[in-house]
Amino acid sequence: MRELVIIGGGPAGMSAAIAAYESGVTDILIMERDARLGGILQQCIHNGFGLHRFGEELTGPEYAWRYEERVQALGIEVKCNTMVLDVTADKVITATNAEEGVFQIRAKAVILAMGCRERAKGSLAIAGSRPAGIYSAGTAQKLVNMKGYLPGKNVVILGSGDIGLIMARRMTLEGAKVHAVCELMPYSGGLARNIQQCLNDFDIPLLLSHTVVEIHGKERVEAVTIAKVDQNRRPIPETKQTIPCDTLLLSVGLIPENELSQGAAVDISAITKGPVVDQDRQTSVEGVFACGNVLHVHDLVDFVSEEAAIAGQAAAQYIQNTRQNAICIPLYTDGKVRYTVPQIITEQKDTSVYFRVSDVYKNVCVTVKDGDHVLLKKKRPKVAPGEMESIRLKAEWLDGVEALTLSLEEC
Amino acid sequence: MYDVAIIGAGVIGGMTARALARFALKVCLLEKENDVATGATKANSAIVHAGFDAKEGSLKAVLNVKGSQMMPQVCRELGVKYQNNGSLVLGFDEDDRHTLNDLLARGRANGVAGLRLLEADELRQKEPLVSERAICALYAPTGAIVCPYELTVAAIGNAMDNGVTLKRNFAVCDIRETADGYRIASETDVVEARFVVNCAGVHADRVAAVIGDSSFAIHPRRGEYLLLDKACGKMATHTIFQTPSAMGKGVLVSPTVDGNLLLGPTSVDAADKTDRTTTPDGLADVLNTARKSVPTLPADQTITSFCGLRAVGSTGDFILTTPKKGFVNAAGIESPGLSASPAIAEYVVALLQEQGLATPENPDFHPIRPSMHAFREATIEEKNEWIRRDPAYGRIVCRCEGVTEGEIREAIRRHPRAADLDGVKRRTRAQMGRCQGGFCSPTVIELLAEEWNIPYEQVTKCGGSSVLVVGETKKG
Repeated sequence: MRELVIIGGGPAGMSAAIAAYESGVTDILIMERDARLGGILQQCIHNGFGLHRFGEELTGPEYAWRYEERVQALGIEVKCNTMVLDVTADKVITATNAEEGVFQIRAKAVILAMGCRERAKGSLAIAGSRPAGIYSAGTAQKLVNMKGYLPGKNVVILGSGDIGLIMARRMTLEGAKVHAVCELMPYSGGLARNIQQCLNDFDIPLLLSHTVVEIHGKERVEAVTIAKVDQNRRPIPETKQTIPCDTLLLSVGLIPENELSQGAAVDISAITKGPVVDQDRQTSVEGVFACGNVLHVHDLVDFVSEEAAIAGQAAAQYIQNTRQNAICIPLYTDGKVRYTVPQIITEQKDTSVYFRVSDVYKNVCVTVKDGDHVLLKKKRPKVAPGEMESIRLKAEWLDGVEALTLSLEEC
Repeated sequence: MYDVAIIGAGVIGGMTARALARFALKVCLLEKENDVATGATKANSAIVHAGFDAKEGSLKAVLNVKGSQMMPQVCRELGVKYQNNGSLVLGFDEDDRHTLNDLLARGRANGVAGLRLLEADELRQKEPLVSERAICALYAPTGAIVCPYELTVAAIGNAMDNGVTLKRNFAVCDIRETADGYRIASETDVVEARFVVNCAGVHADRVAAVIGDSSFAIHPRRGEYLLLDKACGKMATHTIFQTPSAMGKGVLVSPTVDGNLLLGPTSVDAADKTDRTTTPDGLADVLNTARKSVPTLPADQTITSFCGLRAVGSTGDFILTTPKKGFVNAAGIESPGLSASPAIAEYVVALLQEQGLATPENPDFHPIRPSMHAFREATIEEKNEWIRRDPAYGRIVCRCEGVTEGEIREAIRRHPRAADLDGVKRRTRAQMGRCQGGFCSPTVIELLAEEWNIPYEQVTKCGGSSVLVVGETKKG
């Protein structure tokens, strides 16, 4: 029996572990499937990590090291090269590794920190052949940064998620020609700073409202046909053009990886594809917490760390029996606000609510209401789906509140 | 000099090779691709049909029923998953009911056991998610599912374990008659054999034409499919067909032996025998038509889509002929070819015997091939014993399907050795899960390079020029 088992040793898992330790729980085990801690940060060798958290521009491995160093210093146990196969609702974890074989551990509390995966080509149902040379952007990043191989020399990228933008620059620096980044939506899903630094600075065209309609090539990609799409995101046939290339990279979204969570009977949100959680990141199963990209996809690791610390601290309180769940206030959204994390509030205290919007909106007021009663109205010049937003709820506003609604309204 | 050369390492060539391995014969299997099971065998509905479709007395009918009876034992011997899940043909109106009654009568005439018509209530007990509009169904309890490429890989592996030679990348370009048989040439290699079996799938007519047999033609019929995530794998337990009508055969909704849900196929006659591209209309059509059977099928759970080419023969039946002495055609093997495959192989052996092939028993023949699922289906104690002997079985490479390094290495080492990424995928399911190789393919490439002792850059997706990386990075 362990007090706390954390599944995943990326930025979320490490930050949660440190916070739990600092809250007084020292019997902690981190289980990591990779050969070392750090998760996907290990392959993110570009800088820009840690601006909010440390006021510095770190590379991914540098950012990870800040936490790994602390995990080591605290003597928190880590099992690397260890794959968790199953988690049950009563917190029995089954895992495997080469040294111990398949083994089971029971825990008082579990923190889910497994991260996310990239949407694959199959889910897009792009017509055409299935040759070599089609990679998700993250796979290409692993090939280039971890394995030292260049996936191709003439590249088209579909989707303008951050990894796709980063890889446009990375492939260019490695001598490849990136012909275009096509984005189905009329706006990019990536951070504004990445569009500037990864595309504009390298003269790589970003084609908004464009998609790849067909892949050509029997053995290796030989070309892709792209087209502009109409308002319903349907390709306009007369705008088709074929771009010769040997590589198609996909950066078309990230999906929280919750197969284990589902095994533990944790309620999953249809919108975030991650667990439904309270302000402390506790899921629908008591003593099971979630944080980082397994909960909802973040654009900045700094916020992952921050969120994971909340989960770590709360898990420690759960183990120490000091959690208070006196109230139950659901947080609703108006659709323009696509989702919030947390989705419910169970304790009356100051709480940050993170949210994403469903489209680009300008000069709007983020509004929090209890019925018709406005608790907060905050003006934003521009909000976009690619940038996570947050507001802070004050404890005293929650007196007698039954439900809250977060909406975007005219100012 | 071989006794028998088999052209084409699909399910028919593979089953035939295994059937011949029972005898003390020198057999070689010629395959134009870098791996076995890459034609119609890898992209079809994965169904062992009960046998009520084909016309009474046709080879299709006789061999389907016989083949489906043989299939459970074949799968047991080869360690291949076989699920007798039963099939249902839905009827949506009285015309359909009429057609289903005809199929029922035909099935009974074909010798299919246990067929009966279900009314709406019983249908819904068996399949709760089936459309409200379905009023009846033909139920075939002997219908089953199997993984066609797993079956073929296993049959060929077992044949090779028993001495059959596999030659890959052997695209037949010429066949000459010789004094004692045939001389078969590719661009770079030559094989001589006393007897030849033509199992060349969509290309079988071209192979036959080389020896002057133009008695049949094969045209490709495209069939596009959608494969849904395992999260949808329980939306149907039976293989659900729609009543065939003038408007077409409809599409099926079927679980797979690996727990996914398969939807398809379209049915479009084509000209190009190599064009396996999917189309936007085709894929949309599959989902829309499948929803006629199961309306709640989700649009956002597709993990991959693919297109197969059925080898449709010009005669309307399987073409099992001997146009020249010592030359056997096993052509036009469209549906129910997979179901019939063990029986077709026996039929081909009988034709060879008629042609004068002596078939002394092979006293060393061993029909059993250890299953590729042995590790994953083992108990925790057995797995731990396995991992103690080889720690590679404790290292998960493909997280979505839970495939270990040990299983991948095993697939690269065993007959027929996986030689490329797709070969590893078909044998182990690594890269076949929801992330489609996003996480594991760089590691699988590494394992292929290591086991074949070739540079990383030379590993391919599916042979030929399908390289995965174009060179090293700048380093520095």
